[in-house]
Amino acid sequence: MKPLTFRRLAWICGSLLVVLFAAIVLALKLGAVPISMTDLVVNLARVAVGQSAQLPTEYRLIIFDLRLPRIVLGMLVGGALSVSGAGFQALLRNPLADPYVLGVSSGAALGAIIALIAAPQIPLVTPAAAFLGATATIAAVYFLGRREGQLDSTTLLLAGIISASFLSALIIFLMTTLAGRELRGMAFWLMGDLSTPLPPSLRWIFGVGLIIGVGAIYTTAADLNLIATGEREAMHLGVDVTRVKLVVYISASLLTGLAVAVSGAIGYVGLLVPHVMRLLFGSDYRVLIPTSVIGGAIAIVVADTLARTVVAPTELPVGAMTALAGAPVFIYLLRRRLP
Amino acid sequence: MSASDTHRTVLGHARDTQPSEPPVRLNVEQASYAYHARGNAAPVFTLSATSFVARQREIVSILGPNASGKSTLVALIAGALKPLSGRVELEGFETSRLDPRTRAQRIAVVHQESPLLFPTRAGEYVLQGRHPHGKSLRFATEEDIVIADNALAQVGAKHLRDRWMHEISGGEKQRIILARALAQQPILLLLDEPTLHLDIGAQVELLERLQQLAHENRYTVIVVTHELSLAAEFADQVVLLHKGKCLRVGTPAEVFNRELLEQVFEAPLDIAIGPEGRPRVHIRGVRYSARR
Repeated sequence: MKPLTFRRLAWICGSLLVVLFAAIVLALKLGAVPISMTDLVVNLARVAVGQSAQLPTEYRLIIFDLRLPRIVLGMLVGGALSVSGAGFQALLRNPLADPYVLGVSSGAALGAIIALIAAPQIPLVTPAAAFLGATATIAAVYFLGRREGQLDSTTLLLAGIISASFLSALIIFLMTTLAGRELRGMAFWLMGDLSTPLPPSLRWIFGVGLIIGVGAIYTTAADLNLIATGEREAMHLGVDVTRVKLVVYISASLLTGLAVAVSGAIGYVGLLVPHVMRLLFGSDYRVLIPTSVIGGAIAIVVADTLARTVVAPTELPVGAMTALAGAPVFIYLLRRRLP
Repeated sequence: MSASDTHRTVLGHARDTQPSEPPVRLNVEQASYAYHARGNAAPVFTLSATSFVARQREIVSILGPNASGKSTLVALIAGALKPLSGRVELEGFETSRLDPRTRAQRIAVVHQESPLLFPTRAGEYVLQGRHPHGKSLRFATEEDIVIADNALAQVGAKHLRDRWMHEISGGEKQRIILARALAQQPILLLLDEPTLHLDIGAQVELLERLQQLAHENRYTVIVVTHELSLAAEFADQVVLLHKGKCLRVGTPAEVFNRELLEQVFEAPLDIAIGPEGRPRVHIRGVRYSARR
């Protein structure tokens, strides 16, 4: 056993960033129109030295107007969902917690749709309503998941899955009765999709919200390690359990709300990524939070590249790819009952 | 001759009246508590006023059958609950008023083991005991690592450092949990039914270790148990609880009265005084044939 040092954490994050960079390059290269590596390197180099004007128009369009914004959006959404999942897992003391499985994503999606129908003219109303939808859903699932005053792991998961299906039904109902309105497709809200670029008005709020949410959860990382060994133990080791739980609850809901507002309900990323990171680097939350940000970015970039390419020129929603990979892992973890 | 001994000699005879008695560390004074199922309903469980004092290097055993109020008393001492009346003071500070970090620097609580959410190595687990002493992100310092290693050595578990917590035996796990408490460097060590899942050999080993630790590290040790013979053999003081009432406080010889214990534990017992003045408890089994 080697105790965690800042140096080791930097090494781990550095190597993951290299993998992320490789994933980004592949995502830029692959697609309905394949681009050769030479062209990609040459054109990226042109931008790097400030000669953007010399770019051929088609490359500018494909790489910088289509693929790059989508990759950036995917990275932000993946990071937000993964950290949110890791947070919910510690908060609810349940290794199977994930914003999608718990119904939080569906709650956020419903909030966003209601806001789009009721008051589309108010700026930032979508992410705000998605955040409210997320907080309300997790609170409801938390109380439904209790039996005799104790949080019961199985009841909690059932409460989440039932809430998710109920909220999805409401989403479908709203979308069918209000057909013809300027709403994104049903697949967007139910499965998640990255084909709609991030509206410029949301860019700043998304970036700032992500930094605040991840940062707030990271300040509680050492406390979360102790909460994972038991709330009472954590309290006796000097953790202000109520404050930590409140911080994680608000931040994880904020991250889910932001992600859903711009990309719909992409499932299983918050379950899959933290568990892979735990297998690779251990369950210490001081490592898990930063590696989940990067790992989540890698996962979504890879999943979205596959979604764009496997049945090209048609596209799959990215949520279908993450569910294909995530659902079997969920079953595996459920049967193995970690640890 | 230590500094305090010198001090005592200089001050003369006044202090010599109680030469071996160190100052009071924990003072439980008429502390009581009541649990309510609902806001205004009658309490479902009450711990009536309980008083005792504990000094450094002393082992106090809180003894009683199930549902006698032992865990409530532990929560009051640990500062997790605020007494309804009376006070619990550790070196003059009320434990329920200390902020969680300060409290964890002074009091270490060992509960029956609770399931871990994610796999953890024994060494990391012990390092968690340094949490109340660390900075915000709490990367372990050289000092923390030395303290955690010493704690492991003190419980004879250095070889378990790199093992997973879910792979070691119950007795070994108990030692690691104790090591984490030692890594907190507390002045009060509070153990709630630590022997519950241990076999008799491991029980005796744990209590002997606690005795040694109380002496070497100058801890005040409070052990909650319903094991009569362990309390009789190892405690300096016994606090006897029954149905939420503190029946008696004193040395094992003072508390271990046959009629009293038979009534509290609802079992026929024989109590003899051993060679060192400690009581010995035996269960007096009634033969089926003799009962008629």
